Amino acid sequence: MRALILSLSLIILGAPCQGFEVEDHKRFGAADAVRVLRVISTADISFFEPIIHSYLAGNPDVAVDYTVASSSELMRALYDEKLPFDLAISSAMDLQIKLANDGNARRHRSNRTQNLPDWAVWNDLVFAFTQEPAGFVISNAAIAGLPVPQTRQELIRTIRQSPEIFQGKIGTYDVRLSGAGYLFATQDARASDTYWRLTEVMGAMDTQLYCCTSQMIEDVASGELAIAYNVLTSYAEQSPHRDKFTIILPSDFSIVMLRTMLIPAASQNPELAGDFLDFVLEQTFPKGTSPLLQSSALGQVDEHALHRIQLGPGLLVFLDQLKKRNFIAEWENAILQD
Amino acid sequence: MSTPSSRGSIRQRLLLLLLLSASVIGVLLFVVFQSVARQMTQESQDNILAASAISILDNARVRRGEVFVDLPYSALSMLDSVSDERAFYAVRLNNEFLSGYEDLPRPANFAGNNTAFMSAQYLGQDIRLASARRSFSTDEGSAFLEISVAQTLTGMKQSQARISRISVWVGIGFFALSALLALLVARTTIRPLDRLTLSVSRRGPSDLRPVTAPVPSEMVPLVSSLNRLMARLQNSLAQSEDFIAEAAHRVRTPLAIVRTQAETTLRRVEKAENRAAIREMIRAIDESSRAAGQLLDHAMVSFRTDSLSDDLMSLAATVTETVERLRPLCELNDVEVRLSISSQACIRGDAILVQSALHNVLDNAIKYAGRESTIEVTLSGNQTTANVTISDTGPGFPAGQTGAMIERFARGTNAQGIVGSGLGLTIVDEVVRAHGGSVELTNTESGGGCVHLSFPLA
Repeated sequence: MRALILSLSLIILGAPCQGFEVEDHKRFGAADAVRVLRVISTADISFFEPIIHSYLAGNPDVAVDYTVASSSELMRALYDEKLPFDLAISSAMDLQIKLANDGNARRHRSNRTQNLPDWAVWNDLVFAFTQEPAGFVISNAAIAGLPVPQTRQELIRTIRQSPEIFQGKIGTYDVRLSGAGYLFATQDARASDTYWRLTEVMGAMDTQLYCCTSQMIEDVASGELAIAYNVLTSYAEQSPHRDKFTIILPSDFSIVMLRTMLIPAASQNPELAGDFLDFVLEQTFPKGTSPLLQSSALGQVDEHALHRIQLGPGLLVFLDQLKKRNFIAEWENAILQD
Repeated sequence: MSTPSSRGSIRQRLLLLLLLSASVIGVLLFVVFQSVARQMTQESQDNILAASAISILDNARVRRGEVFVDLPYSALSMLDSVSDERAFYAVRLNNEFLSGYEDLPRPANFAGNNTAFMSAQYLGQDIRLASARRSFSTDEGSAFLEISVAQTLTGMKQSQARISRISVWVGIGFFALSALLALLVARTTIRPLDRLTLSVSRRGPSDLRPVTAPVPSEMVPLVSSLNRLMARLQNSLAQSEDFIAEAAHRVRTPLAIVRTQAETTLRRVEKAENRAAIREMIRAIDESSRAAGQLLDHAMVSFRTDSLSDDLMSLAATVTETVERLRPLCELNDVEVRLSISSQACIRGDAILVQSALHNVLDNAIKYAGRESTIEVTLSGNQTTANVTISDTGPGFPAGQTGAMIERFARGTNAQGIVGSGLGLTIVDEVVRAHGGSVELTNTESGGGCVHLSFPLA
């Protein structure tokens, strides 16, 4: 068994045969561990390291093989190539739902999962363990003296009143490149018409488009951007330049992304995966003490303003080729006003 | 009296039939309820699927001569609203796949409608699928847009399991209620019969009046037969009473005449051996007369005990009356009778019979004790019984024969030379037993005979 896993991992990790692109890889635990848990994740190693260490402390016979890949590469590894990973962790909720809906996930039911709130579990297949809201990240230097916008309406007003500050200095995701950006944009559009007005206002200001959260936050910190819209605040909170910007969760509504786990159908260690999954949920619920969940921003707005993205087949709608094409066309019309 | 042999019970049969029909209806109810409910859940699922497909169809437009489909978010999210379901869809234009799940099954034909439903297997799951279609006119002529939406059956299976459980309880509940009602119905139906039985069995032995209380029409033939039977019985009872009286009269009267004639003859006859022969004749006549009397007595006792009346009677009065009636006979035989009554107990029964029994015992005592003896009659009582003890100073019962003495026509080994039929104690025993009491024969310390009669108190 171990030889098989070892050879499989060599096949997967060996560069020539590898079908999907690996960003990072690390193995935790004893080299001679009896059981190996193979995790594929979109989260950085540093993000998950503490939780893996505390799990291994209680389970010395387990090793964790942690592979980092982008959400689309994760999808390719599990959906197209059906590689035998034991646990898939991703922030791309729509892709996780797609995986589960199309029969690429295994059911998992335990005492832990039965006590989860409704929004945190779908069909015993997909389990949420973080709540990561999207918000405004505003450079303190750029808007010194201006009232801090608390809602989208106020943001629109602020931008219109001071175009000189914001011209070319607004950043947001390029929904064509970023899965999370597309997810936030579609949910935003679904929740309110204000999104399209805001997008048009931002388009008029020659908005900068980004593929990744961290770059956007760095540019706000450096003053290159005055404001970044729809940024994963969990990343912003961990930035070393935390004092350079203000994080605002819009109080009209804040889209909350849920980071989710699922056990792929091809898993060879589903029990071990279930055990680890329960361990992660144990850290997260009910108090949200997970190291991944230290979002002080969540406390800023009241519960009613939090729009958790709902796990379910509704997420498949925006993955539809026609739908996505239409949405992106409309978005391009609004933001690229050449 | 023999108990009629019974076969089956109306109540049980009625109950069985009612329960049988209740269980048949209960099962039927279960099946109908379940199938209707299943059909309804199926229909409601179909309705949601159809609504989803139609909402996609409604969002399709022809733009710049092309069909343009914009999937509404609610189309798929509504499928997940009640229970977590996996959902699949496919958009096809003129049989050409546009988006969604390309290999999703599609209904073979729409049978003239614009929506069609089917159950199928997809990705290893049971699914229910709805398809809706509409025609659009495009640049290339008219085109059919077909939307298929499918979902897994987790929620429906759960609700069907719930419905099955409910249907089982509906069936069981119906059966339990029916069983209760059946029990009630069976009891109510049988009640007039019970009432008739009670009213007939409560009657006194000589009460042979027809039953006049109203009965259900089904029981009228039975009751009128019963009434006719009772009328016949009353008739034959009257006849046998007449017969007994007639027989007693016919046997006793000629015997009395013969005896008188024999005594007259005795006075006229001089020759010693002739006198002895006639005395012997008189003795034989006495014996026959007594035997006839006792036989009739016994017949009377048998008849009366068969339909024993339960009138309240004072034992003291009966005892006193009997003793007083026999006092002349005692004086004739120089026998002293001492009567002591220490109880005013009443018993239920036939005074004539009890008197006849006492008469027989006393008569025996007078006969067997001989001249100048003493007979003691005591009546005493306790909480449950009244006891009559008649003891004499005669020779007593032969040892070891007290049991046999009660047999019909049995006589004690020491009774030679005394007129007797052997029926006296049999009559006594039959009377006392008919009254629920007992007879005990013993000898007194001085060797005389002693008869204990004990009767239960009223």
